[in-house]
Amino acid sequence: MSHEHHDHDPITTSGEPPAAARTRALEELLVEKGVVTRDELRRRIDWLVSRTPADGARIVARAWVDDAFRQRLLCDAREAALEIGVDPGPSPVVVALENTKNVHHVVVCTLCSCYPKALLGPPPDWYKSLPYRSRAVSDPRGVLREFGLTLHEGTEVRVVDSTADMRYLVVPRRPDGTDSLGEEELASLVTRDSMIGVAEALAP
Amino acid sequence: MSFAPGDTVRVSGRRHEGHHRTPAYLKGQTGTVERVHERFLDPETRAYGGDGTPARRLYLVAFELDELWPTYDGGADDRLLVDVFEHWLEEAR
Repeated sequence: MSHEHHDHDPITTSGEPPAAARTRALEELLVEKGVVTRDELRRRIDWLVSRTPADGARIVARAWVDDAFRQRLLCDAREAALEIGVDPGPSPVVVALENTKNVHHVVVCTLCSCYPKALLGPPPDWYKSLPYRSRAVSDPRGVLREFGLTLHEGTEVRVVDSTADMRYLVVPRRPDGTDSLGEEELASLVTRDSMIGVAEALAP
Repeated sequence: MSFAPGDTVRVSGRRHEGHHRTPAYLKGQTGTVERVHERFLDPETRAYGGDGTPARRLYLVAFELDELWPTYDGGADDRLLVDVFEHWLEEAR
């Protein structure tokens, strides 16, 4: 077989990972076909990376100090977010799940990496990893132990596999000894991981 | 067929070539409807350029972890909650 007669450029990506090459090819096609513009893509990426867990933390802290807000949050998290000026993002429905002394929620997406990006920012790499996605639904207590969280045997674990359009935000328990703290100080105790459900909120 | 909270449902065990949002590990499993969500455009046709209509009702379905995994050794009340579209659910007793 001769390698001397190439009538097209060889398909090489000079070390570009296959997923990146595929993404780039898709992007080229979508732009070429007029489905999206480069400016729309840029704006969307800009929005996505500007999100941080601070928005989710604000929501949780408000729920800790305002019981009526907490009720509204558990009924309709999207509306509750809008109420305090937090952008809930394009997902049609956000559901807040409250952790209590007796019930502990932890969120996973076994099919891909569905995640409330608007409220928590981009998901951590481990959230997208195969081990987390497969083991969180089969051995949640083991996975949580590896994150440093050992749950009491009597606590009911609820693993939420986010497979479709709903986005789930965990409302961690308010830590003890925080009665005198203001809303802003409380928000600083609410970590990303505690809103995924793999950790508790920080102790003051 | 539509369902209400508390209904016992089985996830269809049918094979489906192509994109769908029903995890393989749940196929054929029995659970309980926990919440009735709204309707959403069908990802099975949207994935291929379709418009996703008719929109499909989505349900949050609860499964006992010790029924799902025979060797599960966590708490007896530990549960898995998964969003499943209506056309993947069957009535079960």
